[in-house]
Amino acid sequence: MLYAVLSGFVLAILAPWIFQAAKEKTGWFLAILPASLAVYFSTFLADVRELNLEEIYTGLDLRAVAGEGGFAWADHADKVAALRDQLVQHEYAWIPSLDVSLTMHLDGLSLLFALLITCIGTFILIYGGGYLKGDRDIPRFYVFLLAFLASMLGLVLSDNLIAMFVFWELTSITSFMLIGYYHDNEKYRKCAHQSMMVTVGGGLAMFAGLILLAMITGSYSLTEILAIGYNNPEAITEHPLYVPMLILILAGCFTKSAQVPFHFWLPNAMAGPTPVSAFLHSATMVKAGVYLMARLQPALNDGYIWMIVLPVVGAITMFTGMYFALRSGGYKQVLAYSTIMALGVLTMLVGIGTEYAMKAFAVFLLAHAMYKATLFMVAGIVDHETGTKDLTVLRGLRTKMPVTFYAAILAALSLGGFIPFFGFVGKELMFGAVLDANYVSAFVVALAMATAIMGVAVAFILGLRPFLGELNETPKAPHEAPLSMLLGPVVLSTMGLVTFFALSLVDEGILQSVITAVYGVGAPGDFEIQWWHGFTDPALIMSVVSIILGVVVYLKWDQIREWMNKLEPVYDHGPEWVYNKAMYRGLPLVANRQTRFIQNGYLRNYIITILMTLVVFVGYAFVTRYMAEDPSFAFTLDIEFYHVLVVGVMLGAALFAATTPSRLGAVASTGVVGFTVALIYILFSAPDLGITQMLVETLTVILLVLVLFRLPEFVTLSSRGERIRDIIVALLVGALITVLLLVTGQYEFHDPNIYGGASISQGHIDGSVPLAHGRNIVNVILVDYRTLDTLGEIFVLALAAMGVYAMVKFRATDDEEVEL
Amino acid sequence: MIEARSLILHTATRFLLPLQLLFSLFLLLRGHNEPGGGFIAGLVAAGAICLYLFAFDIERTRELIRFSPHDLFGVGLFLACLSGVPALLLGYPYFTALWWRPEFPFFGEVALSTPLLFDIGVYLTVIGSVLAIVLALAEAEE
Repeated sequence: MLYAVLSGFVLAILAPWIFQAAKEKTGWFLAILPASLAVYFSTFLADVRELNLEEIYTGLDLRAVAGEGGFAWADHADKVAALRDQLVQHEYAWIPSLDVSLTMHLDGLSLLFALLITCIGTFILIYGGGYLKGDRDIPRFYVFLLAFLASMLGLVLSDNLIAMFVFWELTSITSFMLIGYYHDNEKYRKCAHQSMMVTVGGGLAMFAGLILLAMITGSYSLTEILAIGYNNPEAITEHPLYVPMLILILAGCFTKSAQVPFHFWLPNAMAGPTPVSAFLHSATMVKAGVYLMARLQPALNDGYIWMIVLPVVGAITMFTGMYFALRSGGYKQVLAYSTIMALGVLTMLVGIGTEYAMKAFAVFLLAHAMYKATLFMVAGIVDHETGTKDLTVLRGLRTKMPVTFYAAILAALSLGGFIPFFGFVGKELMFGAVLDANYVSAFVVALAMATAIMGVAVAFILGLRPFLGELNETPKAPHEAPLSMLLGPVVLSTMGLVTFFALSLVDEGILQSVITAVYGVGAPGDFEIQWWHGFTDPALIMSVVSIILGVVVYLKWDQIREWMNKLEPVYDHGPEWVYNKAMYRGLPLVANRQTRFIQNGYLRNYIITILMTLVVFVGYAFVTRYMAEDPSFAFTLDIEFYHVLVVGVMLGAALFAATTPSRLGAVASTGVVGFTVALIYILFSAPDLGITQMLVETLTVILLVLVLFRLPEFVTLSSRGERIRDIIVALLVGALITVLLLVTGQYEFHDPNIYGGASISQGHIDGSVPLAHGRNIVNVILVDYRTLDTLGEIFVLALAAMGVYAMVKFRATDDEEVEL
Repeated sequence: MIEARSLILHTATRFLLPLQLLFSLFLLLRGHNEPGGGFIAGLVAAGAICLYLFAFDIERTRELIRFSPHDLFGVGLFLACLSGVPALLLGYPYFTALWWRPEFPFFGEVALSTPLLFDIGVYLTVIGSVLAIVLALAEAEE
């Protein structure tokens, strides 16, 4: 299953070459991958249905064996592994020492998402080929779309929190590239930038939240976290870190899923080409936040905060979304706002958290993915074939574009929640769920009703209005779209009708497994979905009322928009205004001041800042941690006379360097200090360090020779006071490092994972030959034990070289600005 | 400073340079068991080329090393990263050391390993970085 995720990335790399060979047919060829992945994932349908989550979770209940202070997963690795085998399909240790693994797991929720991503992805690739035909950047579209698809799959399949986070951020980055596809337009670039800043900003908060979650549960595995939530929910919800953790994780989910007040990036993300919007906003990117909330619901729902915050935010979001959808005039804009509505509904349902709400969640998720993808693709077709997306202009297209009309009307009726469409089932269950919400029920019912009324009107505006009435003049003469662009909308919109009649099949096939996963308890068989509850069902009555009032709103649309526009000044000072102020005014201002303060261009000030930071933080930790509890200063010093000699030379040279008025003298005496250091290394039998020190001293001399004559004349720049300050800083640093070295030298550090189980330094020595086949321990540490550290160091070295090169080569002279 | 040429330095460098480079290779290869290794070897090689730079001039030095120093450290970093990949392919964590001891005619058993490849990467990165800095400064001098 890991390969299923990685194959998308591989194909993304190959896409430009495939494009060279296949040209206009590329979309069709590339679509083979998501299509076959969809088939692959659908083979798991039966397995997932047979999953018994309760058995797995109960089996993972380690409370009886866990020691004090948490869950000792590591001690019971075999048991955990055996039980998780049922759920986990593929495990790969990525960074085992940090507990990061690329473990892919599959339950109902992940499977539904995986199927949506691959199925809709297939149609989008085909559609995109037609939509962007002849565009010079089209290979780039394929590359990023495939990479995005793969990241999204990784996100919904990862069992490890860190791996999931990596995929989460990958979707933000790839979607940035997709939204900013038309990169030569500054406005579009700004939109892409905004969507990335908002989602990545939230993602960082979420990262902190995920780490808190791992601290609470002692595990980075979602399965294990859910097991704790099942067996011992108080361990999470009563934990003192629960509230900060919840706030941080929800910050990530709310920004990604465009909840109020972070909703503003989503309509702006329409700057991307329509296939991108269709993919990002129907089943993928924006649903990631909803996915994570649903995924964690069984573990994080404390029955109070969760059940109030999520429904309230969700309900406000869905109302705001629909309100602005009704106000907008552009086809894609209306769709974008109605997506915000759908995300609000899903968040609300996850928050309500009842069995009924989970049923509604599963149905609504599927229904929305189908009709929203269709409508976006219809929007693209209409825009592509008529040259405008202004809904006030588009009329009477039914005869010119009959197939598009067919897809649009079907999808719109599902959006509006009419019988016999799948959207009806979703709406019915949604009303049922809000009616028996545990908290704030009246509030969510009122907003749900208002949203539904506007939803019906919006459905007509999108599905009927452009196609009925007299044909209007459009920039291009309208005609039907090519097959590649019609395939997706027709199939997906028809599915909205078929799934209604095959409800029990869909229900048993996948939805029940989804509900089990999201609800956290019970077996799939317990959750049968029904769409008919009799004529007296309050949800049905609400549905009918919403349709009647919705038709009225549709007929009065022009008038209502006029009223809505009167509030224009209010909309102009919403969250986006705040964002723009903060981003384009506040941030540069703060950056400017901070740069002037910290990076003031004086090397000595930088050094003082760095050294004092070291002294303050390390010194603070030393005093509060070490000195506070039984410090030991029992070090022995074996001093020989030659030690005194070497140290004396060194001290003399250092003092001379600090006081001499001659630059050459200072350079030479610093060199003496360096060579005495090398001598000390050799006295303590560290030949490698000695050689390195000598060589570095030699090279330093060469470098100094090269720059010595370029330096300005030696003048005293510092005042007496500054000199005294410098002396104090130097003494503080010297004292701190000396004490630290003496103190740490007293101890042996132990690590159970080290070779032989002894102290770390002894383990390195003992393991050198048997583990690393080398007798030179310094080299073994550099190239084997601590390879990653060395890699980091040589990268720094190369960067420093580039920095010096850039500084020397691209110096700005007084009268010219050098552009890099 | 590069103006002043000395015949002695000139002649000595011609003989010293190959010896120094050979010595740096020797340090590189023996580094796993005796003092040495990629970092030290890289410094020795870079020092040797610096000597050549002082004895001759920048142009001759560039001709001598043939590749741009930037390419050298680029290749070095690439090799260092690459040395972790075989472990990945075999299902171990990145940078797990792998050893291979093939028998060669005349040489007998030769120990090849991914840490050696990594060390070669370090070697090239050090040479490239030092030379990039030195050559940039020397060119600014002129």
